[in-house]
Amino acid sequence: MAGLTPLSLAELEEKLDDILCAALSSRRSAAAVAAGIAPLPRAQQDFVLAWAQVAAQNVAELGYQFTAQAPQALALFGRSGTEKWLLRALDAYDKEGLYPACAALKDLAGFKRRTDAAGEGVALAEVARVLELFLRGLAGRRLQLEAAGDTWTDTETIFLPERIARYPAREQNFRLYKAIAVHHWAQARYGSFNLDLAPVLAGYAVPERALAWLNLLEALRLERQMARGFPGLAALLASLRPELPASLVAAKERLSQADSSVADSVLLLREFYPLPLPEPFPWMGSLHPERAAEVRGERITNERRALYTALDQLRQAALAEQPELQAGQAELEVESSLETLEFELQIDGEAVVPPEEVARLMRSIIQDFGEIPEEYLLASGPGAYAAESLPETEAAAGLGESRAAGGRLYDEWDFRRRDYRKDWCVLFESDVLPGDPGYVAAVRARYAGQIAQLRRRFEALRGEDRLLRRQMEGEDIDFDAVVEAYADRASGIEPSERLFVQRRRSERNIAVMFMVDMSGSTKGWINACEREALVLLCEALEALGDRYAIYGFSGWTRKRCDIYRIKTFGEHYGEAVRARIAGVEPRDYTRMGVAIRHLTGILNAVEAKTRILFTLSDGKPDDFHDGYRGDYGIEDTRQALIEARQSGIHPFCVTIDEEARDYLPHMYGPASWVLIDDAGQLPLKTAEVYRRLTS
Amino acid sequence: MNVVPNVHMNDPRHTCRLDADLECIETEPYYEPVGGEVALFEAAWASRVPVLLKGPTGCGKTRFVEHMAWRLARPLVTVSCHDDLTASDLVGRYLIVDNQTVWVDGPLARAVRSGSLCYLDEIVEARKDTTVVIHPLADSRRILPMEKRGELLRAPAEFMLVLSYNPGYQSVLKELKHSTRQRFVAIEFDYPRADLEARIVVTETGIDDSTAARLVKFAAMTRNLKGSGLDEGASTRLLVHAAQLMQRGVAPRAACAAAISLALSDDPEMLAAIDELASAVF
Repeated sequence: MAGLTPLSLAELEEKLDDILCAALSSRRSAAAVAAGIAPLPRAQQDFVLAWAQVAAQNVAELGYQFTAQAPQALALFGRSGTEKWLLRALDAYDKEGLYPACAALKDLAGFKRRTDAAGEGVALAEVARVLELFLRGLAGRRLQLEAAGDTWTDTETIFLPERIARYPAREQNFRLYKAIAVHHWAQARYGSFNLDLAPVLAGYAVPERALAWLNLLEALRLERQMARGFPGLAALLASLRPELPASLVAAKERLSQADSSVADSVLLLREFYPLPLPEPFPWMGSLHPERAAEVRGERITNERRALYTALDQLRQAALAEQPELQAGQAELEVESSLETLEFELQIDGEAVVPPEEVARLMRSIIQDFGEIPEEYLLASGPGAYAAESLPETEAAAGLGESRAAGGRLYDEWDFRRRDYRKDWCVLFESDVLPGDPGYVAAVRARYAGQIAQLRRRFEALRGEDRLLRRQMEGEDIDFDAVVEAYADRASGIEPSERLFVQRRRSERNIAVMFMVDMSGSTKGWINACEREALVLLCEALEALGDRYAIYGFSGWTRKRCDIYRIKTFGEHYGEAVRARIAGVEPRDYTRMGVAIRHLTGILNAVEAKTRILFTLSDGKPDDFHDGYRGDYGIEDTRQALIEARQSGIHPFCVTIDEEARDYLPHMYGPASWVLIDDAGQLPLKTAEVYRRLTS
Repeated sequence: MNVVPNVHMNDPRHTCRLDADLECIETEPYYEPVGGEVALFEAAWASRVPVLLKGPTGCGKTRFVEHMAWRLARPLVTVSCHDDLTASDLVGRYLIVDNQTVWVDGPLARAVRSGSLCYLDEIVEARKDTTVVIHPLADSRRILPMEKRGELLRAPAEFMLVLSYNPGYQSVLKELKHSTRQRFVAIEFDYPRADLEARIVVTETGIDDSTAARLVKFAAMTRNLKGSGLDEGASTRLLVHAAQLMQRGVAPRAACAAAISLALSDDPEMLAAIDELASAVF
């Protein structure tokens, strides 16, 4: 971009007027901030404008503050540092609100200080992904990592310090992060919160002291448990703390049974409470039993319900195979081991392997209870289901209303009735309003290197020079064919005339429909990542030559389901499409079923050998108030996908929702979805996924 | 160039070379049954129905077929399928030797003639127009038409067709058509249970039980990462490799890195996470 001339002051002011309009007034115009950016080179100007837009999407004021400080930030931190600085402020906005975010933006010196002191310190953001993968591999429940002032866990999230700079070497600081993560993982895994601790602590004169002692005793017990299964982890923990005094060594021994639980620590607490408290180990945090109990309680309720449903389905399946049994007689037995989290499920003595989501559910329950409780295995009567609000039982949407507004009617699948509700949804198609035309250019500038790489790889796919053998004519002789022809002639068979090879680019005959979730559940900058993903996809697809269309979907109750045209099949990827991609904004809800049915119709109208429905999603099907959220929506979406498959379409889903594993395999099938856990990676990974899908 | 006189194909001067080295497997290939798959396979063979093995890579499909071939005392012919595999590669072609045309059977024809087991590995890799060659063999007709010879080869009772493929492979262009897959009895393969897998590693490499158990645990941890950036977790085969390296004196973590981690992923963050998992058990 070196050759491009910088934007003039007037141009900058105009653009900024547009981006920041909500923050400007008669007293404050864009002139001042524009003046600050005017002297910068063009690349930096585009950079500032692009990020100002991202910031302004959350709150225009943030965009203004960012633009005001940006020239200084660029001088101090460079481009990547400026990005980090802004992202930090956006995080502060997400968590704490506007004023802390503006303060973070203004505090350039503080940020610089922190980055200078970075040195050997390790930031959570750098290692979070590796740690999350690591914890996921260790098994047990899926845990999230978040930065916070206090170090603790509520059994589903681990809160860690944002930065660790305690040791002189980076490697050491990372080991400490790992130790903290592992210790709190162990608390969830080995049941530190499986007992109601409130009454226990209330029995002591100084509950805080009791809690601190309990924390320490549990730390010893958990170390012992880990030593049993994961010797490397126990060694790590031991290496980070000093030698244990004799009393604690004895305590550790008494907590060393394979089936030890938090109850054993509670028993020891009485003895150790009066003794002076030793130094906590470096990787210990605090215990917040009330918060953990809350999270655990909610989880138990949800999982019990989910397991009832799942086991009922398995029972039905078993009964279907043996109809001579009467309903309700299929007896379930489970043998499980807390140590390995393995279990064996038997229905009427026959071993049954449940699907992966159910297995995960059962493992989580085993962690909470040490086993699967008896009552979970009993057949649930109708009362056992928590009353989920049933979908409206109104009459189907009136034709007059929808036709007047230009909407189309679609059926919806009700899984309880096992039938369709006729003409239940009203769907409207419209164009996305164009956004900032410079946006796509800015994205292309930012990803210039990666786009070049993507294009090369995709072009290689397209130009897979296939050697077409046995052609009537071609550049070279096909010797195998000639030999066969010769042999054939000698045997009295008519020799073939196809004796040449041709190099030809094999024709890809693929049409793909991209379905973009435009619901409001996408956080501001995650939606930005979705848009970037679209830009990269378009670039790649232009290189590849597949036919493609992009539609967004959202909606507000069944009477107003919206489909937004970003690019239709016949349309050329030009300025208009680019402007629309820039205009993609988070909207309302996610009534997926009707969107799939509508887009399937459009896709089926295209002539192609292979048709793909590719969904970019960030969460479950959901709609306002009328019961679509939950099983109803998931089942309707699944049915719509089945209909799509039956018409020859291949559905596929890319998601950033951490909980996707619970419902996506059920909707899309085991091999037709991918979870990308870092939203920032969405643009590149989506293109990669598409490439693999079609090669 | 000599002109060969017009020789009719039924003329005894035509030589048809049967591969002389099709022999039965002598020593029992080691295989640990997981469920009833051995009995299922034997039943399919006795009923003259072909079999489709489904499962991720490295979990014992090929070894199972070898074992069954030994068990049923039939020779085994294996073909690795790929994009350029043509029908003549499977069925056979005429070659010219000493100015004589000689028909050479392809592996499929050889297997049919000799009543062997014919194992087509990774069938989805082959082009669809090649795959249909096996259709007449895979239904009740059990014939292999050889147009060039004008011959209709009937499969003897002992012949069996076995295919394998990996259903987790995410490509819309490479799927098994229903007209193919519905001719087969399918057996699903997956990673074996922990104790079984440990036993396999011990038997294959001679390593001690405790190390084998730890390797299996490590493999289970990598399989937990499937879908989070890893397409497949570690297969049993990778564990055997790692154990073999360890038996030769390579340090455990280095063996895991070389034989397992680096084989699974190229993403640096993923590799870091897998290495951390290895350091949790070793």
